Amino acid sequence: AKMAAVGGYGTTSSQRGATSFQRRTSVGSRRVTVAGTRPSVRHGLLLISSGLPSLDWVIGGGVAVGTLLLIEEDRYGLYSSLLFKYFLAEGVVCGHNLFVASAKVHPDYILKELPAPLLDDTHKTELEEAVKSEESQDSMKIAWRYQNLPKMEASPTTSTKFGHYYDVSKTMSPELLQAIKCHSFYLPEELSSQPTIKTRTMNSAYTRLLQSIQRVICQEGFDGSDPQKKQKNILRIGIQSLGSLLWGDDICSSDTPEDIHSLTKFLYVLRGLLRKSLSACIITVPAHLIQNKAIMERVTNLSDTVVGLESFIGSERETNPLYKDYHGLVHVHQIPRLNSLMCDVSDTKDLAFRLKRKLFSIERLHLPPDLSDTVSRTSKQDLAESAKLLSSGCGAMAIGKKHLDF
Amino acid sequence: GKFMLLRDTRTDGSFLVHHFLSFYLRAGCKVCFVALLQSFNHYNIVAQKLGVNLTAAKDRGQLIFLEGLKSCLDLLFGEEKEQPGQPSPLQFLRESTCNLRALFDFVQTSLNPDSSDSWKVPVLLVDDLSVLLSLGASPVAVLDFMHYCRVTVCSQMKGNIVVLVHSNEDSEDEENELVVNSLCHHSDLILWVEGLATGFCKDVHGQIKIIHRVSLELTGEQDRVQLYQYKIQDKNVTFFAPGLSAAVL
Repeated sequence: AKMAAVGGYGTTSSQRGATSFQRRTSVGSRRVTVAGTRPSVRHGLLLISSGLPSLDWVIGGGVAVGTLLLIEEDRYGLYSSLLFKYFLAEGVVCGHNLFVASAKVHPDYILKELPAPLLDDTHKTELEEAVKSEESQDSMKIAWRYQNLPKMEASPTTSTKFGHYYDVSKTMSPELLQAIKCHSFYLPEELSSQPTIKTRTMNSAYTRLLQSIQRVICQEGFDGSDPQKKQKNILRIGIQSLGSLLWGDDICSSDTPEDIHSLTKFLYVLRGLLRKSLSACIITVPAHLIQNKAIMERVTNLSDTVVGLESFIGSERETNPLYKDYHGLVHVHQIPRLNSLMCDVSDTKDLAFRLKRKLFSIERLHLPPDLSDTVSRTSKQDLAESAKLLSSGCGAMAIGKKHLDF
Repeated sequence: GKFMLLRDTRTDGSFLVHHFLSFYLRAGCKVCFVALLQSFNHYNIVAQKLGVNLTAAKDRGQLIFLEGLKSCLDLLFGEEKEQPGQPSPLQFLRESTCNLRALFDFVQTSLNPDSSDSWKVPVLLVDDLSVLLSLGASPVAVLDFMHYCRVTVCSQMKGNIVVLVHSNEDSEDEENELVVNSLCHHSDLILWVEGLATGFCKDVHGQIKIIHRVSLELTGEQDRVQLYQYKIQDKNVTFFAPGLSAAVL
């Protein structure tokens, strides 16, 4: 059966080296796959991993080729840059091509800081043991019969054949990177060249970036336009902190920006480029800095998957015992509804993330049981507030406004 | 000729677009589809699930499809092919003029009856109008465009128009709200899709309010409002009275 990526570009054959994921095809089957991808059968889409299996699970199985994953940065950009690196690291491990664009940090430096993959099975079990030993401290004294029951699934189980785990305490070895074709766009270096595409009042940095992306897609054959350059690989595009002042856009720094359309125009053209090529893109946006909320509404409508990160650093939630196990919340604002009337929204609406020593994971948020007899009014109210905020679910499905009291 | 407004709040109303597209094609109408938000393949794959082949419809001249994403790329990255008689429908992206004249000309040309045409009433379908604002068109330009379309398609050609817009109650997008409210006033029929106020539910995906703007006919009658809930499935959408979803019965 032929699997069509969004935009109609059929998948083609690929024989990759031993280091990258290779899906075993049955003898006689003529279905061939690109490394690091798996089909979403119901929608006829080709999915790639975001680099974080727990994120893949909540956004419908992965990032569809031809789509955009937009991350609303947490206040200090700490965790969003982690997700950014995971996406790129996954591309390295799968043998994909990379395109890294940044206005602040040179892409070479970003690539040097990618987390090391846990490819060896022994490493993975080591990690699991470390996690188990941390949690075995609390052995049960009274309810000891429950000690041996399987722990509640906080993270959904994911197949290890698609998506990998990374150790954030170690950086990826340079040898892995050398095998990968990387394109970079560092704005300060690009400002000297003249933009040649004609567009009415689009921010010139965005114009240059679009040109650069289009050139790579076209010249490297990711859009199938040149039959001689038929590309059998995926291009992973990463753009960091789009919309920030460093990109020449004032939507993050001004209440009344001069040009509110540049970013949305950029996203529209980018969508056109993504849809017609074997590529997928991650963009982080400092949404918390954008005063004009209308812009973020429009940005969301022009993106496919939108995930917001809210870290607890510096907020009152940092010391709130309700959230002691977590470092922040994850809001899935939108999941694409492509090639189908339905979309794969997960049932889990309340998500949080935590960064342990080596592993970053996204989990279903469990509020601890309300055990105290003398719970004060304020903390009960806080619980209700949190529950209300948490229940604002994915925008593709209904968002509840009323808080039901049981 | 009827002007039908599809409006969604806190949820995705695009299933209605797919429905009307396949509905009018099956009914034998000539359809001009201004598809700004998604690629042709997306609509084609969904249409096939609903029993209609868009490629075939295009080939036999029944469907004129404007793939906004592709047009935009052609406009910005295409070689300079000076065709004075054929400006791109999305010309406003490049020009200093702010109006959507080229887009209207495209619609008019597409739906003008050919001598060889045997199709029934023409239909203009737009998905979705809010994108034009994101691309820099002013609300006035968008409303003008819709006005010209209504005059041409509804009054002159006795055809129908179906337009999708997004709106949220606490939206801060004033330009969008202006466009939506203005279109509401001029619509004959409003299909308003909303997410449930009580939150996410697996069996009921939302509610749809059907507003028949009878008051426009100046007979002194009030608008008629019908309320249903719906659930989206792979190949169709089921509608039922509120409280009577399969999960409850």
